[in-house]
Parts: sequence; structure tokens; C-alpha cells
Amino acid sequence: MNKENIIQLKDIRMSYDGETVLDGIDLTIRDGEFVTFLGPSGCGKTTTLRIIAGFESQDGGDVFFGGQNINAVPPHKRNINTIFQRYALFPHLNVYDNVAFGLKVKNTPKSEIHDKVIEMLELVNLKGLEKRKIDTLSGGQQQRVAIARAIINHPKVLLLDEPLSALDLKLRKDMQVELKNLQKRTGITFIFVTHDQEEALSMSDTVVVMDKGKIQQIGSPADIYNEPENAFVADFIGESNIIDGVMKKDFLVQINGRDFECLDSGFNTNENVDVVIRPEDVDIVPPINGMLEGVVTSVTFLGVHYEIIVDINNFKWMIQTTDFHDVGETVGLFIEPDAIHIMKKSEYSGKFGDYSSYSDELDEMNEEAAEAAALAEESEDE
Amino acid sequence: MNKTKSGQVVLNAPYLLWSAIFIVVPLLFVVYYAFTTANGSFTFNNIINFFTNEQYMTVFWRSMLYAVWATVISLVIAYPFSYCMSKVNASSQRMLMLLVMLPMLMNLVVRTYSWQQILEKNGLVNTLLESIGLEPIQFLGNAGVIIFGMVYNYLPFMILPIYSSISKVDKSLLEASNDLGCNTFGTIQKVILPLSIPGVLSGITMVFVPCVSTFYISRQFSDGNIKMIGDVIEDKFYRSSVPDYNIGATISLVLMLIILISLAVVNKFSDDDDQTGGVVI
Repeated sequence: MNKENIIQLKDIRMSYDGETVLDGIDLTIRDGEFVTFLGPSGCGKTTTLRIIAGFESQDGGDVFFGGQNINAVPPHKRNINTIFQRYALFPHLNVYDNVAFGLKVKNTPKSEIHDKVIEMLELVNLKGLEKRKIDTLSGGQQQRVAIARAIINHPKVLLLDEPLSALDLKLRKDMQVELKNLQKRTGITFIFVTHDQEEALSMSDTVVVMDKGKIQQIGSPADIYNEPENAFVADFIGESNIIDGVMKKDFLVQINGRDFECLDSGFNTNENVDVVIRPEDVDIVPPINGMLEGVVTSVTFLGVHYEIIVDINNFKWMIQTTDFHDVGETVGLFIEPDAIHIMKKSEYSGKFGDYSSYSDELDEMNEEAAEAAALAEESEDE
Repeated sequence: MNKTKSGQVVLNAPYLLWSAIFIVVPLLFVVYYAFTTANGSFTFNNIINFFTNEQYMTVFWRSMLYAVWATVISLVIAYPFSYCMSKVNASSQRMLMLLVMLPMLMNLVVRTYSWQQILEKNGLVNTLLESIGLEPIQFLGNAGVIIFGMVYNYLPFMILPIYSSISKVDKSLLEASNDLGCNTFGTIQKVILPLSIPGVLSGITMVFVPCVSTFYISRQFSDGNIKMIGDVIEDKFYRSSVPDYNIGATISLVLMLIILISLAVVNKFSDDDDQTGGVVI
């Protein structure tokens, strides 16, 4: 995988009305990669995408495309196409003319346009719908028209701005697979924006986790999940118990006054750290065999497994297990060294990873949603 | 069910009554006068007279021609103006909207009379010209100034629907067009223009209809020398020494039919794609 770099962002900065949206984004994307920008609403992922597309110009920093600085290149001259969040299909044109739009602009001969449009519609399973009006199509069909309209131009890079968020769950899953296949088949570099961590993990070669206008971590889906950089990443990607710990020495960490073997090294002696333990990596055992001991405070049946909250010294752990344990039961926890992941303390320390109250987390989510709505309104006002 | 139905009838009654008395009855009078002689017997002669009288026909075609010119000029001014207006920031948009609407707060008679004062032989403009040693210009009394008067009076009716349909075009469509290789001009041509057609059609109707039936503007701006069909109708009903309701009603009826036909033509166009965005009249 020693492919050339197709997109490079250098210290991209952006603010709206004095509020920082992007705070020094540095990123290199290789040709043919499937890259996902993942983060909560307002983290700057869509703004970054729009800067790459050329719809917005950054306040500072440079965008390179195949080594060329494209800061001053307008969107219609960039070899980049976009699939918009709500598709942005032209309502006055039928399916055929929507897909043919880009080729017509380039004055492609009619017969060539016809062949290519038909080929594209076949590729996205829309053959026979050429003459249909856009508003007679279902959400999934509109999505496919948007895909065909973008890739018929053979862009080097395809930008996808939360393209699946308007689809229902089942269709979304199908489209995830289709998009991934399409990317493999065409070899086009995909830059995909989503706030859905599952989507990001299942589709991408590389995940870029963003928050507050900064890149928190770049890595493969497995890296992001198994080796989160900080408490934010650990909490945002999947469920995590994040506990305060002290690094006694290499490969030994103290949690709750007890020493645990681990696989991490390179910290200072007695350095305070965040310890991440995934809920599925904890085994519930009889108290006598456990490394830690706690009381079950809540059990939720989720089909495949139970989600059990265990109180250990007033810190609530989440544990996922297929065995049932009743509320009030005293249980022991057993944790393998490879289930323990040590992170340096960061601004996010202490904010995530405690399951003492779901309602707190819900409040936070509601706040975020309200903020996002306010932000969306603002951007519409422009 | 029954209750709500009778309730609806009661609620609708005042409006139905109002419409009947002030719209339907006058219309019936127009039709009655158009097809009767002065002593009340039925006749087609009024219609025949109107279409065979050279004077009436000259005035009629003049009205059509002036109205077409005024509509075309309004469109040519209003479209770019509306486009630019939709591009500036929100507060400037409000300001421009206010400026467009401002003349409409004055009565048409007052507006037209003011312009007459400004443009007449000893009016404001000529006084200024003379004060800097230039020859006065004869502004009034020609077709151009009457068309100017109509454009001035009815331009807002062209701007408002066009502006409303342009500003309703989803911004992401413009980005999509840009993204697919269109520059700004191509985007206007391929996306904004087709999507604002409903607004353009409403604008055309809303300007053409009042223009074709204009009176007063033509009289004031030509000292009564250039007559439009509206002036003739006015004359027939109460300005001439011998009022002739029958021929007045006939001309009104013909004018109404012309307006209905032009509305139907415009609606036919907008039926082709039922985009919302225009103002429906």
C-alpha cells in the first residue's frame, strides 16, 4: 500500500463569527483509500469536507490535491465530486438528465453520454427508471441517482456527506455494503463523513476521529477501537469503562488500589493515566475468583447479551455478558492483561466512561442535539 | 358531520354574499350592457362595431403593444435584480425589499402625478437642465414615457415573484451544479433559470394584466393625446359628455377575455412542471 498522496491538508483553520470550527487540521489521504471523518455534530467534519470540495475557503492553511496547492481552484475545476447529505438532485430534471449533468457540462458527445448514463444506471440498479422524475423516487433510489451522478464523472476523489443518514436502518446497512463494493471496484478515493461509529468502523480503511475542530485520532478501525488515544475516542467509539489509574511501572497499572498486569509501557513511574476497559472484555466470575468485587445495580437484556452495570467503590462499570446476573448480586470481575488499555491524561479525562447515570448521558446528548440544531440554523441564515 | 357542514355554510355566507354582490353582479351588468342597445334590446352590434372601428382597433393594439413592451422591460430589469438581491446578505435583502415596496405605499395617482410634475415642460428636470444652461427636453407625450410609467408602477410585481422563486432554490443544488463542473453562469442557466420559471410566469401575468388595462398613466403623461384602451373605457362611462355604457361595457368584456386568455396561456406553461415557488394569482 505505497500509493501516492491524493489529498493533503496542512494546518487548516476556520472560524465563523469568532467561533473556532477547525483548529489546525493536518491530514494526508492516500489515493484509493476509504477514509471516514467521524465525530459528533459540530466537530468540524463537514466543514473539512466542504473545504476539500471548495465550497468554503479556509481562514488559514493549505489544501493540496496530488501535490498541487488548490486553495484558489474553484469547485467546478476540481476533479472531486460530492454526494450531498440530502442528495441535492435537480428537481426539474429526470433521472437520466440528472446523471448526465456533469458530462453535458463538459460537452461530451450525445451518444457517449447515453452509453455512460445507461452503464451508470445499471451499476446502481436503476435501469429502466431513466425518464422518472426525481420526486417520484424513494429515498434509496434518490441515493443511487446521487451516486451515479457523481461517479459518472470519474472523479479522483468522491466526498460523501452523511449520505446514509436519511435512510432507514435496513437500507442503510445495504447501502454501506454497496458503497464499500463500489469503492473497491472503481478505485476512487472515498472521503466519507458520518457521526455513526458503527458505519465508520465497518466501511473504512482509515478513520479520522474529530472533536472540537481537532483531529483526535487517525487510524485503522481496529486501531481506533483497540488503541484509543484519549477518553473521547474511547467513549465515542463503542462503550468504554474509563477508570483513573496509576502506572506503577512498565506493564503494571494500579486500579482501585489493586495492581493489574497490562501490555502498555513507556509511561513515567507513578504517572496518572486513564485506563480503558471495554464492557465485552470483562468476565463476571464468583467473587472469590475476581480481581475486583462489586454489586449489580442494573440489568438490561439486549438480545445477544445482557448489559450489566456493576458498582465498584461508587464507580459504575458496564459489562456485556451472555450470562444473567440479578440486581443486588455480588460478583467478581476478571480482566485479562490484553483487555486493559492505558491512555495519557487529556482534557477529556474524567468526562466519559462512567455509567453511574444514563440520564446524565442523555442530557448531554440532548444538549448536543440542540446545539447542532442551532448551528444548522445559523448556517442556513448565511 | 352535518353540524360542521351547516357551520361551514354559515361561515361562508358573508363571503359568498360579498362576492355575489361586488363581483358577479357587476360582471353580469357588463355582459348585459355589452349585448344590448341603448334602449335595452339584444344586439351583437356593439362587438361588431368595436372590431370594425379603426380608431378603437388602433387604441386596442397600441395597448397590447405597450403592455408587451412594459412586461419585457420589467422582466429584463427584474430578473438580474432579483438574482443579485437573492445573493446579498440577509439585512441587505430586507433593505432592498423595502426599497422595492416603498413606491407601492403611495397611491398610483399620486405617484403618476408626481412623475408628471418632475418630467413636464417646466418641471423639475427641465428646470435643472436650464439652470446649467441646457435646452429643455420634451419628455411627455410619447410612447416611451408611457411605457416608462407602466414599468415604474408595475416593476415590483415582477420583482417579488421572481425574487421569491429564486431565493427558494435550495443552495445545495447550486453547490451540486458547481461540483459537477458548472461555473456561476452555467449554474444560472441550467439550474436557477429553469427552477424560477414559475416566478417569471407569475411576474409576467402580474405586470401584463394591469399594463394592458392601464389608464390614467397614459392620460397624464401625454396630456390626453395618446389613449390606451383603459382610457377609452373610462371616457365611455363617465368622462365624455354623452356616456355610452354599451360600447364601454363591450370593450371591458373584450379586455377581460384577452386577460383570461393570457392567464390560461401562462398557466399552461406552468402546468408543464408543477414547481412551487411562484406567486399564484
